[in-house]
Amino acid sequence: MNQERGLTLIAKTVTRISVWLIILYGIYIILHGHLSPGGGFAGGVVIALAFLNVMLTFGHETVTRWLNIDFLHDLEPASGAMYLAVGILGIAISGSFLANFLSKGTLFNLVSSGNILVLNIIIGIKVAMGLFTVVWTLAVFRLYEGGEE
Amino acid sequence: MILPFFIIIPLLAAFLIAMISGNRDYWAIIVSVLTMISLAVLALFNFGTIGGKTIVYEMGAWKIPYTICLTVDAFSAFMLVIISVIGLTSLMFSIYYIKHRSPSWKYYALFMLLITGMNGVVVTGDLFNLFVFMEIALFAAYALVSYGSHAEEFEAAFKYAIMGSISSTLVLVGIAVIYSATSTLTMAIIAERLPQNLKVMYWSGGLFLAAFGLKAAIMPFHAWLPDAHSSAPAPISSMLSGVLIKALGIYVLIRLFYNVYGAPPIFLTIFMVLGSISIIVASFLAIGQWDFKRLLAYSSISQVGFILLGIGIGTPLAIFGAVFHILNHAIFKSLLFYNAGTVEMVLGTRDLRKMGNLTHILPYTTTTSMIATLSVAGIPPFSGFFSKLIIIIAAIAAGYPVYGGIAIVGSLLTLVYFMKVQRYGFHGEKIIEMEDIKIGWGMRAAMIVLAVLCLATSILIIPGIKEFTLDPVVDAIINKTGYITRVLGR
Amino acid sequence: MTVYLLCFALLLVGIYGLLVKRDLIRIIIASGIMGYAANLMLILFAYRRGGLYPILEKGKTVGARVMVDPLPQALVLTSIVIELGITAMLVALAIRLFEKNKTFDITKIKRLSG
Repeated sequence: MNQERGLTLIAKTVTRISVWLIILYGIYIILHGHLSPGGGFAGGVVIALAFLNVMLTFGHETVTRWLNIDFLHDLEPASGAMYLAVGILGIAISGSFLANFLSKGTLFNLVSSGNILVLNIIIGIKVAMGLFTVVWTLAVFRLYEGGEE
Repeated sequence: MILPFFIIIPLLAAFLIAMISGNRDYWAIIVSVLTMISLAVLALFNFGTIGGKTIVYEMGAWKIPYTICLTVDAFSAFMLVIISVIGLTSLMFSIYYIKHRSPSWKYYALFMLLITGMNGVVVTGDLFNLFVFMEIALFAAYALVSYGSHAEEFEAAFKYAIMGSISSTLVLVGIAVIYSATSTLTMAIIAERLPQNLKVMYWSGGLFLAAFGLKAAIMPFHAWLPDAHSSAPAPISSMLSGVLIKALGIYVLIRLFYNVYGAPPIFLTIFMVLGSISIIVASFLAIGQWDFKRLLAYSSISQVGFILLGIGIGTPLAIFGAVFHILNHAIFKSLLFYNAGTVEMVLGTRDLRKMGNLTHILPYTTTTSMIATLSVAGIPPFSGFFSKLIIIIAAIAAGYPVYGGIAIVGSLLTLVYFMKVQRYGFHGEKIIEMEDIKIGWGMRAAMIVLAVLCLATSILIIPGIKEFTLDPVVDAIINKTGYITRVLGR
Repeated sequence: MTVYLLCFALLLVGIYGLLVKRDLIRIIIASGIMGYAANLMLILFAYRRGGLYPILEKGKTVGARVMVDPLPQALVLTSIVIELGITAMLVALAIRLFEKNKTFDITKIKRLSG
């Protein structure tokens, strides 16, 4: 571990443990979007902030090595296209855009209420990747003075 | 049945371009050209078959008070045709132009998002959905204005973004006020429940007039337009000035103040006053400009003043003139911005004092700019003459001779500053000779198509064709509370 | 009634900051405050006197109580997302403006005029 970049040793040790808990909390908020407040957007923001936490504590080169940045840059428009694919499946199966075509299940179960669970997961991925891409681009640009468009 | 495809097709194209493009941009060009051609075909087919009826599409298989509905009547179909055709020519122009400036796939993805936003604003029937699509289009516009990465583009984009965010906040406050009074967001049901509540109508009408007036660049709210439209790259200037200020500003003003509020006379008087101020003051400001694109931007403010004057008068003849002027202004202003972009690319400057006689090196550009100038100044048989004449006759026939006189003075001033452009910019004193001018065939094709359309749209006035194309549009606007019956069926 | 007046005062604070301040970053913060005021007004219009939160839970019945209106809460969620995007774009533009002009002061960034 390098002592020059990032915050102190205490912050790094605590982050190593707590970042996985933050990601777990974000996934919980996304998956229970139809049962309690939250949903796709709030959970996506929490996951993006978990990655931002690692970037603040360790420096942005460590994050570039830890995550596969090109894959994340491609995952964001892919999840947007999947959202539209769910909508078009609604046209093909049930007649209207974004119509429900999965079963609604029983009340208060985790796997219930049809389309909403799938759409929450897709939105959660898109928001997390999008927000993290914005923050990562702003952080990387500052260092390479005269960055690209 | 085809209504959601106006939104799905460009949005899917934007995501596909972002996914499959590596470092080169030829996949982006192919996908975006295919998308725009299919959108243009869909829009023309829709306008041809819509006649006088209204198509209502409910999303998600829910019923009307609980869902977001998409409604298309003749006016929406008309705007869709304008957006798709001008977008197609802009894309053809920008293939070579962007490759010359700074090639990247991000331009095409942002362009597709701009088309998505504008299509969504025109197609939707729900008030908050309109706000969301307006924001999508504005995001893409802010990013595209600053595309070339010069210093003045960033400043113009920042000014545009700050003023746009003020107007978006005002729209939200207006939506909050309307929702608290009527507890619904569908525009047809708001039109049903609102007339009992005059205070809410005036309060939210004032907020919406300020907010959407800023998007349409009416005179007190115009300050962002000269910077943004002169610093943007030329195809984006033509999209912004030709289509965006009409799809996001004028269309929403007509939809709200005629179909939802039922055209209360105090708002129509405000429209007339603001329109005439726009015509006169913007023309005077345009005469003193030496920057080519800045002059064209002030001219846009002036022509939008004409449209607003026509809307404010309120008789069917005036609305016919205003709607026809929307079409004409989109065509000739886009053509003028393409000319300015070609001249800037070849000569490297926008200053009129540094240009000279360009007839030898740029023959197509000079000819098409002369056609566009004759059309904008109102010379028969070009289309601009008919639309301005109809607005002036409607003003005098409705009993407002002062406003008719203001419109005539505005027409004369338009002729003055466009003659300045022709004299200094294209037929100046010194003859400029340059070797190996390379203009892409797409740029020439876009300019020639628009110049032909300048002449061809004047056949829409002939009484046989008028009933088929433009009369249903006027009927959809003038029949105010008929909107409720056509959408809800009761 | 006082709550609505205070919300309107927050909107005026945002507009004041946007008009008077000279630093780019303070203008961005003021536009954020204006957005918060509009969101707050939307939620205030959704309140019903004595209302419950609009969530169904296992084992609890609603009975004769009213619930507060859940639709403006969805509108506010959308509006927060949009303002996040606007703020991100404004910050990126501010960084590029600083790189070109070496200052954050808007009275010194005056290339476009007339």
